[in-house]
Amino acid sequence: MPEPRNGVRIGFYVCHCGHNIASMVDCPAVAAYAATLPNVAVSRDYKYLCSDPGQELIKRDIAELGLSHVVVASCSPLLHEHTFRSATEAGGLNPYCFHMVNIREHDSWVHTDRRLATEKAKALARAGIRRVAHHQPLEMKRVPIHPDVLVVGGGIAGIHAALTLASAGKKVYLVEREPSIGGHMAKFDKTFPTLDCAACILTPKMSAVRSHPNITLWSYSEVVKTDGYVGNYTVTVRRKPRYVIEELCVGCQECIDSCVYKKPMFPDEFNEGLGKRKPIHIPFPQATPQVVLIDPEVCLNFKRGVLTDKCKKTCVEACAERKAIDFNQKEELKEIKVGTIIVATGFQPFDVKRVPQYGYGTYPNVYTALEAERLVNASGPTSGEVVLRDGRHPNAIAIIHCVGSRDRKTNRWCSRVCCMYSMKLAHLLKEHSGAEVYNFYIDIRAPGKGYEEFYDKLNEEGVHFIRGRVGEVTDWAMTPEEEGKLVIRVEDTLAGFVRRIPVDMVVLSTGLEPHSDAQSVRRMFNMSCGTEGFFLERHPKLAPVNTYTDGVFIAGCCQGPRDIPDTVAQAGAAAAEAMALIDRGHIDQEPNTARILADCSGCKSCIPLCPYTAIAFDSATQKAVINEALCKGCGTCVGSCPSGSIIQNLFDDEEVFGEIQGVLADEPN
Amino acid sequence: MKLAYFPGCSLKGLGRAYEESLLPVMKHLGVELVELDDWNCCGATAYMAVDEVKACVLAARNLALAEKTGQQQLMAPCAACYLVLNKAKHYFHDYPAIKKTMDHALAAIGLKYDGDTAVRHPLDVLLTDVGLEAVRQKVVRPLKGLKVAPYYGCQIVRPYATFDDQYNPTAMDKLLEALGATVVRYPLKTKCCGGSLTGTVPAAGMRMVYILLNEARKRGADCLATVCPLCQFNLDAYHAKVASQYGPVRVPTVYFTQLMGLAFGLPEKELGLNRSAIRLDWRPEPVPTPASKEAVTA
Ligand SMILES: Cc1cc2nc3c(=O)[nH]c(=O)nc-3n(C[C@H](O)[C@H](O)[C@H](O)COP(=O)(O)OP(=O)(O)OC[C@H]3O[C@@H](n4cnc5c(N)ncnc54)[C@H](O)[C@@H]3O)c2cc1C
Repeated sequence: MPEPRNGVRIGFYVCHCGHNIASMVDCPAVAAYAATLPNVAVSRDYKYLCSDPGQELIKRDIAELGLSHVVVASCSPLLHEHTFRSATEAGGLNPYCFHMVNIREHDSWVHTDRRLATEKAKALARAGIRRVAHHQPLEMKRVPIHPDVLVVGGGIAGIHAALTLASAGKKVYLVEREPSIGGHMAKFDKTFPTLDCAACILTPKMSAVRSHPNITLWSYSEVVKTDGYVGNYTVTVRRKPRYVIEELCVGCQECIDSCVYKKPMFPDEFNEGLGKRKPIHIPFPQATPQVVLIDPEVCLNFKRGVLTDKCKKTCVEACAERKAIDFNQKEELKEIKVGTIIVATGFQPFDVKRVPQYGYGTYPNVYTALEAERLVNASGPTSGEVVLRDGRHPNAIAIIHCVGSRDRKTNRWCSRVCCMYSMKLAHLLKEHSGAEVYNFYIDIRAPGKGYEEFYDKLNEEGVHFIRGRVGEVTDWAMTPEEEGKLVIRVEDTLAGFVRRIPVDMVVLSTGLEPHSDAQSVRRMFNMSCGTEGFFLERHPKLAPVNTYTDGVFIAGCCQGPRDIPDTVAQAGAAAAEAMALIDRGHIDQEPNTARILADCSGCKSCIPLCPYTAIAFDSATQKAVINEALCKGCGTCVGSCPSGSIIQNLFDDEEVFGEIQGVLADEPN
Repeated sequence: MKLAYFPGCSLKGLGRAYEESLLPVMKHLGVELVELDDWNCCGATAYMAVDEVKACVLAARNLALAEKTGQQQLMAPCAACYLVLNKAKHYFHDYPAIKKTMDHALAAIGLKYDGDTAVRHPLDVLLTDVGLEAVRQKVVRPLKGLKVAPYYGCQIVRPYATFDDQYNPTAMDKLLEALGATVVRYPLKTKCCGGSLTGTVPAAGMRMVYILLNEARKRGADCLATVCPLCQFNLDAYHAKVASQYGPVRVPTVYFTQLMGLAFGLPEKELGLNRSAIRLDWRPEPVPTPASKEAVTA
């Protein structure tokens, strides 16, 4: 046992956390054991230490018993370190004279043998007590916050977050990868359950983004690099060439009319390839910004993306003195400084090629849900008329739910919006075509305001609901009525037999999944992904828009499937979280920074190793110096210093060895 | 390339034509097959349904024998053998209790299985190891004009999709195209052939056979190509019965290896083509020889 240190009087507290800890760890025994350790002036167990009376207990002991240090053994420091540091401070001590020991996540929750779990708790307590005896008072570091915000992704989530921040007076950069903002919502005709027109509610917000003086909108752009930390990020954005000067184009579209291609010939991305566009085009009538762009893959003035200058350039003629078209445009890199970042990159629909049994690509009249959205859309390729790829009008339509979702072979999760959008499509397709519509579902999930009522309404409208996961879509006909039709083979699990239902059109309600580049975006902003690949929130209930990186927030479907109402709510929350940081004006940083001792030999080996360029060389003293404002406390220099002349606050040798010796000590307990 | 070879009972009996065509075709492509010495029942047939563990033990003996030969791979052409051997291997790795029984039973006869041998289907070997290009180079009598419905049956991609898509396998489609045949789009390619229902509940079995044959006929197929002796038998043996109930649906069913043999110009009598009840009469153009060319011009 180590000698007691002079003047060190430790208060030790072990928390039951209700049953969370007490059911697996004998808390009174841990407290009794800790009381026997050197320097421990008081040792107590308590039901909920994080409660007000629990904190009061600590404060009172500090005053009445003259404590110098405090150790709490309870949950993860992520949850309550702040609480107990504050209590320590309120009791009159420096908050860093506190140490927290995790006996919940690291002990009671992961073990099943009460005796051994109690022994482990004692060992962890011993380690914390030995460590804290070396803790010195430290001061928090304050760094100012850059008030500007970067929003990545211009779907409804990004749009809403940007507008909220901008109207609160914050400057926002909105970076969207596609030529226009709007995301998936811009493609919908109506939105469930109210069936309000998507364009009518979205486009005003899109033009507000465009005209807001506080928003810098960079569409057709991507973030390529992020450096720095909360409050002080430096971000590099790549602006892809549209071969049209954004500031000069007025969106008159005369260039499109005069393109040497008289007819649109190339699959139109916005219409999911159902319509055609020219090489010079604007994604859709309400595109924001209202700026055309040239596709160098098909434009005659290029050959496979390389400028040849061989076209007559009738578009340039049409643009005349505005001179907005610039075939020599190159990509541009912009560097910006922001304090906070909101990532709102949305989702990608499940790739239907992964479920060949549903015949997409084999049978032309099988559609994805997004294609169906465009088919019923008044501004879609058919102006809202439901005309099939083979030119026919459907008399019967099947909508298959859960395509790619709730399936171990593809994605296990429920995509949450498909039941509702399938019903929306059922209503719209029936309205636009008069066809019989069959929904094939596993369960109807309609939890939301007005959602169940919408389901009732569809039942009343005579839409059919058949419960069963469809086995296959085939053109194998068994009866004359089935000839020339698509046959849905499904086990009707309510009726209890296998059915064959002939239809003319099939809609696959594809689930929502993370973007295929989610991993690289995750790395760019130092976030984590859950097992499914969606960005991980800091806490599923209590910090749903925060990430594990301070100052980086997430909103919308990039965090998981959700509908527009939930997306907008989350985007507002992310904006509020960003504002809370900005309006505080500064952030407090842990004082766990490194410092250089007087015996530094000036070898400079630490300087290139620092990932934050926080170390410089002072030629006057011939020693290294660390800029505390830049140091993030990663410890790289500490470990590498050949003379052991760098020390990191909260991780000095005595503290770390004290903890290690404490946990390994083989003392009778 | 050299593999251990597990023929199973079918390839020595009713499905003899499969072995008869497989062996020369593989040899022609430089794939050496060494028949497993003292192999036993794979464990399929009714065994699997009655006692899975015992069936797995039977399969495990074959796997252990294969391991003993030092070959890393075991070819099992019959769909049922292929499935059961694979299943035994999966169970060996996934279920410790079954592994224990297997170990115990094998130890009693002085054998040991380590769980390594890869069980391979000839289609897998042809596409993955031999390669379609090598197959194409051996084609001397392209199957030009022959319309084939590729029929995989239920077992080689389900439940384990080891080398092809579970719902829409295409290995045989690609192979047949390499032989010069026209592949008919056949949505029933993995639908059940009736299995043992043809014997136990004939009405149900006959209906399934009828559906498969009729759909192939409707799509203009000259024949069905199969990978499974049971499928071949079901689709070949009951034509009279099916015809009496549903009308004639006369489409022959052949092994894909027989078609390979034809395309490679191997002697027809070695390919077992005469063993089926409903024979494929179609033949590709003969290999042009200097003599035959003269005959044509004369
Ligand atoms: C067929 C279908 C119908 C639906 N119908 C409805 C409905 O009726 N009602 C309803 O409430 N919900 C509906 N939904 C759900 C709705 O689409 C989502 O709730 C909503 O789109 C989520 O918005 P978002 O901004 O999070 O994502 P998105 O709409 O996906 O927007 C993300 C944006 O980020 C951009 N982006 C992606 N990656 C990057 C990057 N690396 N850098 C820059 N930008 C990037 C994208 O280009 C896109 O513009 C439907 C979904 C589907 C699939």
